[in-house]
Amino acid sequence: MGAKVAAALAVAALVALPPLLPKYHLEVLISVLFWAYLGIAWNLLGGYAGQFSFGHAAFFGIGAYTSTLLLLQVGLTPWVGMILGGALAAAFGLFEGYLSFRYGLKGPYFSLVTLAFAEMLRVVGVNTKAVGSSLGLVVPSAKAAPAMFMFSGKLPYYYIILAMGALALALTWKIGRSRLGFSLAAVRENEDAAETAGVDALATKLRAMALSSFLTALGGTFYAQYFAYIDPTISFGPSVSIGALLPAIVGGAGMVLGPVLGSFVLTPLSELTRYALRGRAGADIMLYGAILMLVISFLPQGIVGLVRERRARAGQR
Amino acid sequence: MSLLEMSALTKRFGGLLAVSNFDLNLDAGEIVGLIGPNGAGKTTVFHLIAGFHAPTSGEIRFKGGSIVGSKPHAICRLGLTRTFQIVQPFAGLSVIENVMVGAFNRERDAVAARRLAGEIVDFVGLGPRRDMPARSLTLSDRKRLEIARGLATRPEMLLLDEAMSGLNPTEIDEIIGLIRRIHARGVSLLIIEHVMQAIMALSHRLVVLHHGEKLAEGAPGEVARDRRVIEAYLGEGA
Amino acid sequence: MTWGLLLQAGVSGLLLGGVYGLVASGLSLIFGVLRIINFAHGAVMMLAMYTTYWLFALAGVDPYLSVILTAPLFFALGVVIQKVVIEPNRLAAEHNQLLLTLGLALFFENLALVLWQGDFRTVRVAYSNASFMVGEALVEVPRLVASGGAVLMAVGLFAFLRLTDVGKALRALAEEPEGAALVGINVSRIRAASFGLGSACVAVAGALITPFFYVAPDVAESFNIMAFVVVVLGGMGNFVGALAGGFIVGLAESLGAAFLPGSLKQLVVFMIFVIALLFRPQGLFGGSRGR
Repeated sequence: MGAKVAAALAVAALVALPPLLPKYHLEVLISVLFWAYLGIAWNLLGGYAGQFSFGHAAFFGIGAYTSTLLLLQVGLTPWVGMILGGALAAAFGLFEGYLSFRYGLKGPYFSLVTLAFAEMLRVVGVNTKAVGSSLGLVVPSAKAAPAMFMFSGKLPYYYIILAMGALALALTWKIGRSRLGFSLAAVRENEDAAETAGVDALATKLRAMALSSFLTALGGTFYAQYFAYIDPTISFGPSVSIGALLPAIVGGAGMVLGPVLGSFVLTPLSELTRYALRGRAGADIMLYGAILMLVISFLPQGIVGLVRERRARAGQR
Repeated sequence: MSLLEMSALTKRFGGLLAVSNFDLNLDAGEIVGLIGPNGAGKTTVFHLIAGFHAPTSGEIRFKGGSIVGSKPHAICRLGLTRTFQIVQPFAGLSVIENVMVGAFNRERDAVAARRLAGEIVDFVGLGPRRDMPARSLTLSDRKRLEIARGLATRPEMLLLDEAMSGLNPTEIDEIIGLIRRIHARGVSLLIIEHVMQAIMALSHRLVVLHHGEKLAEGAPGEVARDRRVIEAYLGEGA
Repeated sequence: MTWGLLLQAGVSGLLLGGVYGLVASGLSLIFGVLRIINFAHGAVMMLAMYTTYWLFALAGVDPYLSVILTAPLFFALGVVIQKVVIEPNRLAAEHNQLLLTLGLALFFENLALVLWQGDFRTVRVAYSNASFMVGEALVEVPRLVASGGAVLMAVGLFAFLRLTDVGKALRALAEEPEGAALVGINVSRIRAASFGLGSACVAVAGALITPFFYVAPDVAESFNIMAFVVVVLGGMGNFVGALAGGFIVGLAESLGAAFLPGSLKQLVVFMIFVIALLFRPQGLFGGSRGR
């Protein structure tokens, strides 16, 4: 009962407090929710299906570039561009996934292939003038135009990412209790046994891939509209790929709230580090590296996993 | 038409001939025991039937249709499933969740799947432990779990691979009882087993495999007295 | 497309290929014995390059000579890393072990960034610009020395594995971990030594290239990817394959650079990587227990 009250309070705070927050705090909170969202998207493939992608930036970048290019070239509103970007990313994800899973790539080899694909897209981006090469693309943001996903002030963006996060969370929760969720868990735990129990491992993994890549791409569009600038390194580079998986690993892969908790721990920490060691580029990532090692060593199930274990042990006494 | 038909089934791994020209028919309602010394190729036969390996040559027909080249999940949907020699539970899931994976083959809805899974869990005697994580089960319970998971897919035929290895005499008796109850529900069974007393008691028919070839086939009593069979078991590097 | 250009590309490729081969040999050794894909391999190389740079900048030590110091130093670092970070987690799930080395890589790469910023540094020695012609191709002496030195070290490693007791223990552990323990091999010490040796290899490679390659934190990433491609191509755990693969990848990269504009040559390497992973994961030459 205490947990439910706490949860309700947290949700209420997330909805009601932001208009009262000073600008900097609001920005950090947006950042927290943004990485939580990406983590939730990654979690569908990584935590639930057990396929650890090291190249999710590929889908992020496809989303960001698709909506931005459509906006700049054709004037299409990013609200629609976002969906198209998602569809394109899902198609790419299915391609990447089919190639990998059909040829039996598992574990680290799958991770390496996803990394390679993301890097390939980055190299193509850097070398293609039509998409701005390494100079990137600037997203117009001077005037407010809600229909074009452009807002003055940060608050609207906050509520958008909050809504996106909430929807992704709800989707994850629903899937977890559904037939697909059980298939994912089975494939993750033991693929051969899953097949014997009637689970089509390939189709299951591909479904997870399509969902995960679609959602990640939406995050790419959000980023483009919020920060008003994208380039190949930001969009397809390791910072997004790693940033997407860290919250899930730290918070608890394969668990609904894992990435959310993970982001609430990691993102403020990185902000603090960056603030404390101002001007020292890389200090926050260095911290992430250390945290990753510590979490794997001492908390391999993540924070949520630890809580669950404690509760299970308490329940058995 | 037999439920399961294997003709001229052959499997070669590089230079090793694991299964050679194996014929076997199983009719609905039968319990057939597959025995033979270690390394005879029995589990390979299971892998071939269940779709984990493709045969080098030969045919496998289930309910009249060829299942060569089908993936294990498709074969399971047709009504044929197996257990593994070394149990393969979904360690991180609970007992009932394990069985629900199988149940989802027959029920799309989670509530219905849970109900079906619950019924099967009780049927195999794991009721009291339904919410325990699979990794905390004893070996005997894990074997039951594996069988339960297979049963939840509502198979017409179940392949049991050494379901009794590693169990003590009491547990063996319990599994024998379970197999009989499964058979009574209309499931045909092909059983690999080394525990002789169990397989003699259960089987309508025995098939002996040796070096990948069928050595003998017939009623349990006959096969047990067959000189070649005795030699195969005792004559192997004893 | 003149023959001269092709010859040049070929020569450049072979020259860098030797270095790739050495880097990959270290990675291959680590995989063969520890069965982990060491994401921090490039980062260790980068640290070795910085060490070489600082030895040169602060004490005037010639980069080639500094190998005498860096090799044992990084052997020791490798042993420490293995004992402190990797060994305690050796029973963890495969993907977790991968994340572990990823965390290490992130830590090292950004440590360098924090300490020394992202500016490119270079080691300029008297012979940095020495070169001679072979037909129409220019051969730069530092690259030749690097490639030759790398091949020498790789051959040395190979001989070490074949002829010495420790080397044989390493190979035994790679092939048959349980058997190795049963015949009395000190498993934990040999496991640590494998990471130490792999790190020493990559450190030597790093030192050898400083006369002509810039020193910066992002060097870690580029060589990391290269090492993976070479190891996958040559076969995980196959040292001869790593060396051969190094030359193949080096050639592919420089041919790519000759034909494709900008940095698209990287695409060639990545495509080789993906194709190798999909169609021949055991490598062109067969690895130890592919996957």
